[in-house]
Amino acid sequence: MATKVLDITKEHCPMTFVKTKIELSKLQPGDILEVLLAEGEPLDNVPRNANEQGYNVLSVEHVEGTTHKITIKR
Amino acid sequence: MEQKKLSIIAFSGDFDKLTAVFTLGTGAAAVGYEVNIFFTFWGLDAIKQKQGRSLTGGNWLTKIFGFMMGGLKVTPTSRFNFFGAGPKIFRYLMRKNNVATLEELVEAAKALGINLYACEMAMHVLGLKKEDFIPEVKEVLGVASFLNLSEGGQTLFI
Repeated sequence: MATKVLDITKEHCPMTFVKTKIELSKLQPGDILEVLLAEGEPLDNVPRNANEQGYNVLSVEHVEGTTHKITIKR
Repeated sequence: MEQKKLSIIAFSGDFDKLTAVFTLGTGAAAVGYEVNIFFTFWGLDAIKQKQGRSLTGGNWLTKIFGFMMGGLKVTPTSRFNFFGAGPKIFRYLMRKNNVATLEELVEAAKALGINLYACEMAMHVLGLKKEDFIPEVKEVLGVASFLNLSEGGQTLFI
């Protein structure tokens, strides 16, 4: 059970969800990925896409300013 | 639920249009689509093994064509090319604004396992062989096979 952190706060479409997808695909069952992302498109789409692809979105938290952290489990 | 599918015909070898091809392709693959990209004519420049200018081709004429067309690193922009300065300026602006460059998008396409195909007819005309392309190119296809694999999904011509 490993936890990895991915910071995509400075990325733009499509790299926000491309990088998330690539990291998600590396997870073993039970592993956790914490994604730091910005409001707007990434916050709207990254958790939804993770859910749709069968991952478990455990939480969405506000960190500071426009930054949010979502925790995803495989 | 059946997997959604996006098939793109990459006809243009322009830097900006190839950026659109790979942006749409990687974005769709990242949200769970099956993605097929069919490279034909100028679009074949994007998947050449040699990314600069090289005498790739069968006879002297196609070798000159190959040199003039070049690969991914020397693709021109469809507007504001300024004899090759345009793509350099766009790459600079993209890097400065944290937007993925064309090369990064191509690497992401490989990492996401997007299906890359080359057009048999255009390869024949330009004297190109499968070995002239990056190893990620899955197959060399014709129209019938492309129609078959794109059936039931969305198709774009860029």
